[in-house]
Amino acid sequence: MEQKTKINIEDGKQEMHITREFDLPLDLLFTAYVEPDIIEQWMTSKVVKLENKKHGSYQLQKKDDQGNLLFAANGVIHEFIPNKKITRTFEMENTPFGVQLEVYEFESLTADSSRLTMHVIYESVAQRDEVVKIGMIKGMSMAHDRIQKALNQLK
Amino acid sequence: MNLRRDVFQAIADPTRRAILLLVASHAMTAGAIAANFDTARPTVSKHLAILIECELLEQRQTGREIYYHFNPNKMKEVAEFIEPFRKMWDDRFNKLENIMKNYKPKK
Repeated sequence: MEQKTKINIEDGKQEMHITREFDLPLDLLFTAYVEPDIIEQWMTSKVVKLENKKHGSYQLQKKDDQGNLLFAANGVIHEFIPNKKITRTFEMENTPFGVQLEVYEFESLTADSSRLTMHVIYESVAQRDEVVKIGMIKGMSMAHDRIQKALNQLK
Repeated sequence: MNLRRDVFQAIADPTRRAILLLVASHAMTAGAIAANFDTARPTVSKHLAILIECELLEQRQTGREIYYHFNPNKMKEVAEFIEPFRKMWDDRFNKLENIMKNYKPKK
């Protein structure tokens, strides 16, 4: 079976391309990136702030049951064209991974399918590679939630 | 010693992954790491020893305390980590797709 999600990571480059085809019309795919309550469902983080416009900014947070911060990310939106393109920065706070520049391009394939292409550029090759390696540790758990559970036992 | 295999074995354990994720966010002392788990202190110490043995963690002295640092350099070949990373994104996108298939547009 052909893989729905493709990732292109070349040696020695500080970028990656992620491509995914969805069985969703273009406008529904785009909605998943702009409606805070939907983002919260699939990102499993709270949307603290989200301004879907050029020069807007956003903040995401995840806390455990005791209110300890487990994850915090923020960025600014550089370009916002509905059903077409989002250019933004993304930074995980209190981590060594630096800031990444993300270019999201949304396109319609058929009435019921669409494609998302993400171009992600990191500060350095080393930082890109570390993000991939960390993702691997997380990805090895069956789901984010399993780790979340382990982390929830903390403190 | 087959170091690569050891790295994979080290991160196959959920507690050790949780330790790595903790320490990757900020360096911690053994006591602070252990305080984050319900498991007995010697069990946590054993996990730390395994992570140090395969060099996923490093110990560094800061004043009187020894801090544990994450050492991502040990995972050398990034190409070997792309598939699990891809899988992580695939799972995330599958979730998005399922949510949106049940989405009722506000018309």
